[in-house]
Amino acid sequence: MSAAHDTGGAPAAATQNACKACMPLGACMAYRGVEGAVPFLHGPQGCATYMRRFLIGHFREPVDIACSSFSEETAIFGGAADIHTGLANVTRAYHPAMIGIATTCLAETIGDDMTMMLHQHAEKTEEGNAPLVVAAATPSYSGTHADGFHAAVCALVNALAESGACGEAADVVCFTNLVSPADLRYLKDILADFGLSYVLLPDYSETLDRPTAGEYEKIPKGGVPIDAIRGAGSARASITFGAAFRPGQHPGTALLDKCGVPARSMGLPVGIRASDLFLRHLEELSGRATPEKHTAERGRLIDTYVDAHKYLYGRRAVVYGEEDLVVGIASFLDEIGVVPVVCASGGRSGGMAQALSGTTAMQRGGIQVLEDSDFVDIGEAAEAAKADLLIGNSRGVGLARRLDIPLVRVGMPVHDRIGAQRIQHLGYRGTQSLCDRIVNALIARDQERSEPGYMTM
Amino acid sequence: MKPQETQKPAANSVLDQRKRQVVTKGDALFDIACETKSVAGSVSQRACVFCGSRVVLYPLADALHLVHGPIGCASYTWDIRGALSSGPQLHRMSFSTDLSEMDIILGGEKQLYRCLVELIDAYRPKAAFVYSTCIVGLIGDDVEAVCAQVSREKGLSVIPVFSEGFAGTKKDGYKAACDALGRLLGTGSTEGIVPHAINLLGEFNLAGETWLIKDYYRRMGVDVVATVTGDGRIDDIRRMHGAALNVVQCSGSVMHLAKRLKEQFGQPYIRVSYFGVEDTAKALYDVAEHFGDAAMMDRARALVREEVAALMPELMCIKKDLAGKRAAVYVGGSFKAFSLVRALRLLGMGTVLAGSQTGTKEDYRELEKICDPGTVIVDDTNPLELCAFLKEKGCDLLIGGVKERPIAHKLGLGFCDHNHERKKSLAGFVGMLNFAREVQATVMSPVWQFVPRPSGAAERTP
Ligand code: SF4
Ligand code: SF4
Repeated sequence: MSAAHDTGGAPAAATQNACKACMPLGACMAYRGVEGAVPFLHGPQGCATYMRRFLIGHFREPVDIACSSFSEETAIFGGAADIHTGLANVTRAYHPAMIGIATTCLAETIGDDMTMMLHQHAEKTEEGNAPLVVAAATPSYSGTHADGFHAAVCALVNALAESGACGEAADVVCFTNLVSPADLRYLKDILADFGLSYVLLPDYSETLDRPTAGEYEKIPKGGVPIDAIRGAGSARASITFGAAFRPGQHPGTALLDKCGVPARSMGLPVGIRASDLFLRHLEELSGRATPEKHTAERGRLIDTYVDAHKYLYGRRAVVYGEEDLVVGIASFLDEIGVVPVVCASGGRSGGMAQALSGTTAMQRGGIQVLEDSDFVDIGEAAEAAKADLLIGNSRGVGLARRLDIPLVRVGMPVHDRIGAQRIQHLGYRGTQSLCDRIVNALIARDQERSEPGYMTM
Repeated sequence: MKPQETQKPAANSVLDQRKRQVVTKGDALFDIACETKSVAGSVSQRACVFCGSRVVLYPLADALHLVHGPIGCASYTWDIRGALSSGPQLHRMSFSTDLSEMDIILGGEKQLYRCLVELIDAYRPKAAFVYSTCIVGLIGDDVEAVCAQVSREKGLSVIPVFSEGFAGTKKDGYKAACDALGRLLGTGSTEGIVPHAINLLGEFNLAGETWLIKDYYRRMGVDVVATVTGDGRIDDIRRMHGAALNVVQCSGSVMHLAKRLKEQFGQPYIRVSYFGVEDTAKALYDVAEHFGDAAMMDRARALVREEVAALMPELMCIKKDLAGKRAAVYVGGSFKAFSLVRALRLLGMGTVLAGSQTGTKEDYRELEKICDPGTVIVDDTNPLELCAFLKEKGCDLLIGGVKERPIAHKLGLGFCDHNHERKKSLAGFVGMLNFAREVQATVMSPVWQFVPRPSGAAERTP
């Protein structure tokens, strides 16, 4: 929360220009990555509409989120009736394989017992034509959209994964965190290049970045098949990206606890060191050396670092957004000589500062870490730190203008540009694209400001 | 095809409980069910009570707008509208009490108090609005009492807006906003207000539209005292009862205020629309007529002539491209739908579907009157239903809000934004030209040739 104003040293009360969205939004996004699934919000209609608007603005894809349309009576009598009719109506209109329920603040506050309601619903529903129902508790007052995303992924694991499921066991389950559809597609290519069979959870690489087909697909094609989630329980290993998990929300740990699948964990693979680490995991899991194609990609990335280094050294960046993305980008900046002077998030899992402690800048005392912060906090820190550059979502546009510095868009929401689905962050290729964008943003600004405006650098 | 023919295929996609919220012009009995709660499990395009209140009050630029609740409600409404201010920009900030689990258990009054005091001290607003969201209704905070206390201590109006999201539809939010504004009415001096002065109601200064309209009236010799709420200021609202007439646009949202002003101060009102050439001209003439001033009417006529002459050549050019094309219209308020149908007609285009999220029975009856036979009229639709009708009716363009955009695009249809979030001016005579240009850019773009058409869909007009 904002420490913007003189409140006698006490942390400020109000949140001003939030650097987060609410929990169920992240959950709905995760459910979008399951084949045949429809996200369903248990709460009032308004929340669902706002979340759809947010996701549609970012992905520029239809995002249907059904809703139990909570009313005043629901608040008094509980949501059982609305859940029942709601699920029946969604089933009839969408014929989903799965309905993913996310609860809102309201549902949690009136104390709806989801397990019981679902049980009652199942009893009243004819066997055979009922879709699977998975529910996650996502009251917003206990986390951000990122926390909601993890909560839903854990709910999927806990509800579906079984050890010893029939069929061939996957080599690896990849819990990829909140990344872009393009990131997911690239990850799949890498896994395939190592000859690994995999389960990506969730996988919205197709569902949230559809080709135009001349058809409004009730449920967009793609997503991780439900059977694959079941089978994840007998996979040989899991890799989880990220460190900022609230207690009980680490999906790799959930899968380990439930089915005994060995869990590996690392930050988002942004930058050379983190990408190397990722590929080392894959080498171990596959018993193969990194394919030449990726070694070459790595080489080109180092070449880019060299080409760009003079324009980058000592430049000061403010990085904000989802905690794990902030950590990933900060450690990449650390590789190219850019100082991540401010690392900020609206999240407060407690993991961000810890994860940043390995960076050189942190060790030199050069990073200000802002947890549970808003854009007033970020703005003040950025100004005080004399930042050259912002790296984060579209919500920093106003700040970038005020400080007259460029904004490199990553994370979400990116709703003021085309192509948010295709912004790459991960691996050598994602880092390559980030590096190009960052250095060019800085060069462009220098060029704009230079009197003669040279046509060469 | 005769519209009466029963069992329209698209009607199959209508959830049973919604059947009465969809009718086709020409159907025997025009009786649409509306103003109901959204059906559970339907993916409604509707927003909540809070959204309605926020939309109406948002442009008041020198007020503090504090959303009392968990973070989402405030986070999703941060700076999403294009309402401009010529001075303070406080309305573009998003303030939330961001209730925590402890607040929910113990009540949020203390947190609300702390936030109000902190923000008022920091930003020195002219007044503060406190929006109650769903959760506040649930935990039973006495928002009124906290507002009264802060009002006393800080010496400014701190006004509660009773906008608990689930307590109705967006329209109830309009009413809650009007009630909040009602507390300011009659509290300022009316000194210096000239006889030929009006208030503009329901004009939100999207992309500077209020400025444009104000300028038209000024050229006619009419003063504008207050705008509710485009580029709005608290002190103007306090003295608006001194104007001779309220000119109400987008009647859905601020009609309550107009009625209240009439009851309380005997101030008459007229309803207008500034969208499209005909409607804009009528909005000017009606005011001149109200004042019964021949010279003013002459000035209005001259203004309309001049403005229309300036835009006609290009408009006629565009019309050549667009004649015979067909559009579907699905917007928030039904009044906007009327104007759109008329404006499209001026461009030579037909309307195959018209609907809104919040229309009343009267609205829909009027909408039915101005539509061509066979036009489908819907209340509070959802993506599947909308899609089915778009496919069946065959059209080139959907006009709606951001949530409808991807639906249109996936079906290979053009899309135009006609909502509060747009950044382009569509009001007045200039706005008509902007609208025509946008429709042209949308419908005539060569990209559609690459987009596959839905199977079984009616053909795009050649
Ligand atoms: S914060 Fe809670 S109440 Fe507000 S939009 Fe999110 S889920 Fe709904
Ligand atoms: S429905 Fe209620 S909780 Fe949801 S956005 Fe509206 S006011 Fe907020």
